[in-house]
Formats: sequence, structure tokens, C-alpha cells
Amino acid sequence: MIGTWDIFAQNWRYFLIGEYPAGALGGFALTVIIAVVCLILTFPSAVAVALARTSGIRWLAWPALGFVYLVRSVPLLMVIFWAYFLAPVILGFPIDPLVTLIAAICIYQTTYLSEVIRGGIEGLPKGQTEAARALGLGWVPVTFRVVLPQALYNVLPGMLNQFTMIIKESSLGAIISVSEVTFMAMRVNNVLITRPFQVFAILGIGYFILCFSLSKASEYLEQRIQRRRVASQPA
Amino acid sequence: MDLVIIFSEQYRALILSGLQTTLFLFVCSWLLGMFLAVVLTVLRALGIPPVTWLCVAYVEYHRNVPALIQLFIWYFGIASLLPDSLNDFANDHGAEIVFSIIAFACNKAAVNSEEFRSGLRAIPVTQMEAARSMGLSYVGAMRWVILPQAWRLALPALMGQTLFLFKMTSIAAAVGAGELTYQARHIENMTFRIFETFSIITAIYVVGSFLLMWLGAWVGHTFRLRLK
Repeated sequence: MIGTWDIFAQNWRYFLIGEYPAGALGGFALTVIIAVVCLILTFPSAVAVALARTSGIRWLAWPALGFVYLVRSVPLLMVIFWAYFLAPVILGFPIDPLVTLIAAICIYQTTYLSEVIRGGIEGLPKGQTEAARALGLGWVPVTFRVVLPQALYNVLPGMLNQFTMIIKESSLGAIISVSEVTFMAMRVNNVLITRPFQVFAILGIGYFILCFSLSKASEYLEQRIQRRRVASQPA
Repeated sequence: MDLVIIFSEQYRALILSGLQTTLFLFVCSWLLGMFLAVVLTVLRALGIPPVTWLCVAYVEYHRNVPALIQLFIWYFGIASLLPDSLNDFANDHGAEIVFSIIAFACNKAAVNSEEFRSGLRAIPVTQMEAARSMGLSYVGAMRWVILPQAWRLALPALMGQTLFLFKMTSIAAAVGAGELTYQARHIENMTFRIFETFSIITAIYVVGSFLLMWLGAWVGHTFRLRLK
């Protein structure tokens, strides 16, 4: 397409770092930061929900199940709007859209990541817990030293997939004016006006490079883990 | 909490029109997406290298670029490249709806074709060989042996994708299609009743999603593969 490269050459700073040295950090840098922060914040709550669901204790498992089904049945954009419009009313002071976006994605991803981790926990051979219990270990060491280390290692590719999903979901931040890359592209588009296809093509290519390499990394990791598990199994 | 205002005639009409638009987007893009997915699966099964590469590129693009960007590329980008006559037609019929349907359908076609493909791949090659050696033609073996099993295997994943599509329709609000999420913002803007408005819209989404989950479980149970 004519002019795509020129548009990128003139605006690459906006796409990559936003107005950084002069203003707030934005663009792809902010997208990646949002995704990393969300994954780190989501991880403990997702483990907690997964443990609650696999605990076999009814008053822990059912609320966790209800939470997962409820949040999953609502679009993420609705969750973002809830956080964006209601949080300032409840708290009584305005909060940064960036914070509301991160909070909304964390709530939303807790349900998905917890399902991934639950799959890992339930995928472990039963003998692992039984052997650990037979050795006299209590719930805490069984969970944190036997089950979780193996389960979490096995679901690393799934977690990487969730990371890719968070990157894609963070694009919705543009709707509440978080200056991540989609928002920056919309701004560039508003300045240029006549070249929407080229601007959004650049944006799409950027996301593609980021997410495609992450999905390939996840596939590679999955094969590696699969090989290790096969190798460690008795013949 | 004052639901009475939200249920007054004016806002009730807005909510209902939002629900109608959401369902319209959902049904149209589901049908178009399924059709395109079948076309993609067949094209890829042909095994002609350049066609396969194009299919792979199509699928990878739709899997690795956010749905919102795909929608923007259709609504802002491709629309700007179309001739005026086509754009006039689209604008007359609600361009935001038309392009949303196209964008969602293309997205779901890519994902669903992958689900179809993994369903097909799960059938052992020996089934095809056995069917052929019993005198069935390729098409006959597909029709009577492979496909009846493959679509049942792909069913749970397809129902999951259907739920995803239902929720995905909410991002059409970003280009101004008047579906539920858009109406939630709109009513909130007029009444300042954030909690009430969002509660009702969220409840509608929850009901819709639970119906789809229930339908998925029912369909999955009714058509499950009975292997003895």
C-alpha cells in the first residue's frame, strides 16, 4: 500500500512509546506493560480460585464456580465499563482509566487462568497426592511442594496463551482512552484522516508480530514439556 | 437502586433495540462465519500448497490480531478503499452493522475452521482406508464415515466459540453499532443511573450466555459420539 511505510516512519514513536519523553508512556510499550502487570496480578487470584474449585470443600468450590461462570458470561467490555463508571462513584474520587483497565482485565482473566491452572491440577496423576499423603505430608506441603510446582510447570504454555490473550484484550483500553497502542493509532488516524487502512494495517502488523511470536513460543514450550513428560514416564 | 426509571417506556425501547441488534449481529455473523469456516476447511483439505498457505495466513492473522483491530480495519480501513457506490450501499444499510458482521464472521471462520480441522484429524487414517477398501468413494467415505464422527468431536469446541462470538458482539459498540453495550452507555449518559443500567444490561448478557452454555451442554450430550 502506498504510504504505509512513510506513515510508520513519521509516527513510529507514537506506535512504540507514545509521547514518552515529553508526556505519558504509551503505545506498544504500555500495551506490554499492561499485559505483564495483569498477568502478575492475576496469577495469585487464579491459583486461589483453581485451588478452591479443586478443594472438594463445597462452600469453597461453589462460590468459586459461581464467580467463574458469572464473569465468563459477561463481555469484557461490560466489565471494563463497570470498573470505569462505577469505581469512581463507590470510591468517591476519580481513578486513572489505566488502573480501571488493569483491574477489569485482572478480574476477567482470573476466571480463564484459573481454568487453565485447574486443568493442570486435575491432569496430574492421582498417585502424586496419594504418595505425598502416605508420606505424612499435610495439605500445605502437598499443595505447595508437590501439586502446584508440577501443575504450574505443565500449564506454562497455557499461561503464555493467556498472556497473548491479555495483550489482545488490552486493545479495548482505547475505548476508555488508555493511551496504549490502539488509542495511539486512533490518534494518528485522526491527524492523517485520509489513510485509515494504512494506519490500522501498521497497528495490525504490530500486534501480529507480538502475538504470533508468543503463540509460536507457547507451541515450542508445549512440545518441550510434552517430551519431558514422556521421557520421565516409566517405559 | 431505582429500576423503575430504567424500565420506563423510553429506555425500555432502547434496551430492546439493543438486544435486537446484539441478536442480529450474533445470528448473522454465526451463520456467515460457519459458512466461511466450511469453505476454509475444504480449501485447506485440498492440499494445494499455495491455497494452504493462504488459509494458514488467514487463520494466523485472525488469531493473532485483536478482534477490535480487525473490526477497525474493516470499518475504517477497507471501507475507505471501497468505491463510493459500495460505501453508499453500506451506509444506507447501517455500515457499522454490516462491517461488524463481516469482521466477526471472518474472525469466527478462522477459529471454527481450526476446530473442524482438529475434529477431522482426530479420526484415525485407518477409518478412511477401511471405508475405501469396502468400496465407498472418497465422497461417500467422508459422508458416511468420517464427517459424522468429526463434527461430533468438534461440537464442544464449536459451542464454546459460539459463546465467545456472543460476547464479541459487544465490541461493535466501538464503531457505534447500537447493540446492548452501546445502549448501556447511552442510557447511562442520559440518566446517570450507572448501577441500574449496567445491572440490567449485564443481566441480559448473563441470561444469554447461560442459555448458550445450557444449549451447548444439551447439544453436546445429545449428539455425543457413542463408541462401543
